[in-house]
Amino acid sequence: MNHLPLIIKREYLTKVRNKSFVIMTFLSPIIFVGIFALVAYLSNLNNDTVRKISVLDESGLFLTEFKSTAQTHYKLLPNISLDEAKKGAQTDETYGLLYIPDSESLESISKGITFFSEESPSLPLMNSINKMLESKVNTLKLKEAGMDSDIIKNLRININANQETFKGEETSKLGSGLKLIFGGAAGYLLFMFIIIYGNMIMRSVIEEKTSRVIEVIISSVKPRLLLLGKIFGTTLAGITQFLIWVILILVLMTVVTSIFGIDPSAGSPSQQAIESTIDGGTQQVLNDILIEINNLPITNLIIMFVLFFVGGYLLYASLYAAVGAAVDSETDTQQFMMPILMPLILAVYVGFFTVIDNPHGTVSQVFSYIPFTSPVVMLMRIPFGVPIWQQVLSVLILFGTFIGMVWFAAKIYRVGILMYGKKPSYKEIFKWLKY
Amino acid sequence: MEKLLVVNNVSKNYGDYKALNDVSIAVEKGSIFGLLGPNGAGKTTLIRIINQITMPDTGSVILDGEPLKPDHIRYIGYLPEERGLYKTMKVGEQALYLAQLKGLSKREAKERLKYWFNRLDIGDWWDKKIQELSKGMAQKIQFVVTVLHNPKLLIFDEPFSGFDPINANLIKDEILKLRDDGATVIFSTHRMESVEEMCDHIALINKSNKILDGKLVDIKRQYKNNIFEIGLITPNHTATTASLKEKFEIFPTTFKSINEELKYKVKLPASVSTNEFVNYLTSQGQLTHFVEVIPSASDIFIETIQNN
Repeated sequence: MNHLPLIIKREYLTKVRNKSFVIMTFLSPIIFVGIFALVAYLSNLNNDTVRKISVLDESGLFLTEFKSTAQTHYKLLPNISLDEAKKGAQTDETYGLLYIPDSESLESISKGITFFSEESPSLPLMNSINKMLESKVNTLKLKEAGMDSDIIKNLRININANQETFKGEETSKLGSGLKLIFGGAAGYLLFMFIIIYGNMIMRSVIEEKTSRVIEVIISSVKPRLLLLGKIFGTTLAGITQFLIWVILILVLMTVVTSIFGIDPSAGSPSQQAIESTIDGGTQQVLNDILIEINNLPITNLIIMFVLFFVGGYLLYASLYAAVGAAVDSETDTQQFMMPILMPLILAVYVGFFTVIDNPHGTVSQVFSYIPFTSPVVMLMRIPFGVPIWQQVLSVLILFGTFIGMVWFAAKIYRVGILMYGKKPSYKEIFKWLKY
Repeated sequence: MEKLLVVNNVSKNYGDYKALNDVSIAVEKGSIFGLLGPNGAGKTTLIRIINQITMPDTGSVILDGEPLKPDHIRYIGYLPEERGLYKTMKVGEQALYLAQLKGLSKREAKERLKYWFNRLDIGDWWDKKIQELSKGMAQKIQFVVTVLHNPKLLIFDEPFSGFDPINANLIKDEILKLRDDGATVIFSTHRMESVEEMCDHIALINKSNKILDGKLVDIKRQYKNNIFEIGLITPNHTATTASLKEKFEIFPTTFKSINEELKYKVKLPASVSTNEFVNYLTSQGQLTHFVEVIPSASDIFIETIQNN
């Protein structure tokens, strides 16, 4: 008598038919895309406003430097006093007034430069103004020191170090960025999946307890089988929901972007892309990205993603089920949730800080073997190249722990599901293991 | 008689707490066995051991001649005291699911469910969700699910709770019919009148120990004290009372009657036979009432627990 498929089927169907599950499945992508569209729309609006900035350059040194752009218009003021200029700027709805005094030395000019405005000016704007003035002053200084302007031009060399592994594979900053995105996305996805569907398993265990159906079921099937059926059934429901989300989001995104004419990448063009655009155009960047994607260990990544995702999820899912079995209602779960969430959060932190900083450092290595953190941390490390034996070892540890954890969870489950009415302490749960 | 279930010297500890101490019972095939005891005595633990929900620390359980094994769950139908159904599932789907877990094929389960739903007149509930039903209605479904796979051994823990008297009677008749069809029933309850009516055999568990076990009639015989309740019309009540008091131990009593008579409970010494006693009474006056006082299951229950 194999009841596992039967249990999985029931768990799956109950989850999938649940009204709030259906609503969330279809509403979430709409909300997600809606928020995205709103943000994109608003930032477009923001870009359309033009900032007028008056410039009073008494020294006359910088007059040629101010070039108006689509968003910032510079208006050079004729020779008027600072007070007049301030008054004019206030009545004129000008964003701000940049004042450059006249003096003998460049140093005192630089010290006297002031930006007047109604409110504190935006940081990026100030940065770009400062940078522009700085470079002009530097050039002037070099000229003062007797440098030829041609020499000065030739002095400017941008360094973008080439990266290469000892095996001779070329790597690049762009590649590292992509690896980070791959690893980060995988780790984050797992994190979200565990929290959403782990909770779902826990709730379904609690529901069986509160509806008192559990003893009826448990007289027909072994608790371990019920536990496994629950985990698998809920996981399948989760995968279904996730797939629908991905498809819906992709479809809606395409629709929204084509309707509003928003370029999804326009909102936050990366520094990388801008720099490259200057060198070689957008086409070049796209090619680079494609090449880098090809350079990633795709097959390895996919296999390991599946293994770690499944292993990590199952490990945590059995913990969630054990917590559900130990308590009577969802409000009692708090004290047991912390020890589950802690390693998970730790994994994400280690992943996003330590791994990015040093993918193969001691900390990263250690955490990529500990089963509670390895799914997230190892997934983030793999794009940077991890020897196969390390990956295999980590997977083995993970699945070994999972089997141990199911045993542990089933023990708690067996006793816990038949305990009503009292909130157990850790000590009691420890005793249950010996029953 | 052949035994369907034999529990041999079963003990079970939960940590430091002893839930069952060396308990043995034997249930005859085709009988109704009452498992009695106050709350927390260990009845549920014993029932869970029989259902293989928990394992005994020591001792063994034999079902139909074989030591208990996982496959046996399909021969047992269990209606736990803490019972319920999935609230959001439809009645029919749920019943099918539970029946399949007991090893019935889907087709077979459907056929039998139709039969039982018609029998209990609940056919039109098939597509309703459990949460739309009243507690009594849900209990009926639960009963059907328990007996659906024709188990050899039926275990009912407080089967009548939640039923109105009409439905309680209906369920009682169904249980008796199942017994007549060959099933063996273990019956755990606090309702002594149903024990009285239905059980052939009882075992009483108190504080983890079995303190009483046997056929209900034998136990009653064992617990009766040779007390008779009498009603007597005599010319002189005071004189008769005095003469009764002199010969026997008597206690005042009341019972319903249409006459004005002397009413007493009389404890008969072993040396006096019933016939001699009746002869004596008729010599005193007109005998209107003569009943041997047989202890009820409830009396036995209370007396044994208090003496224990």
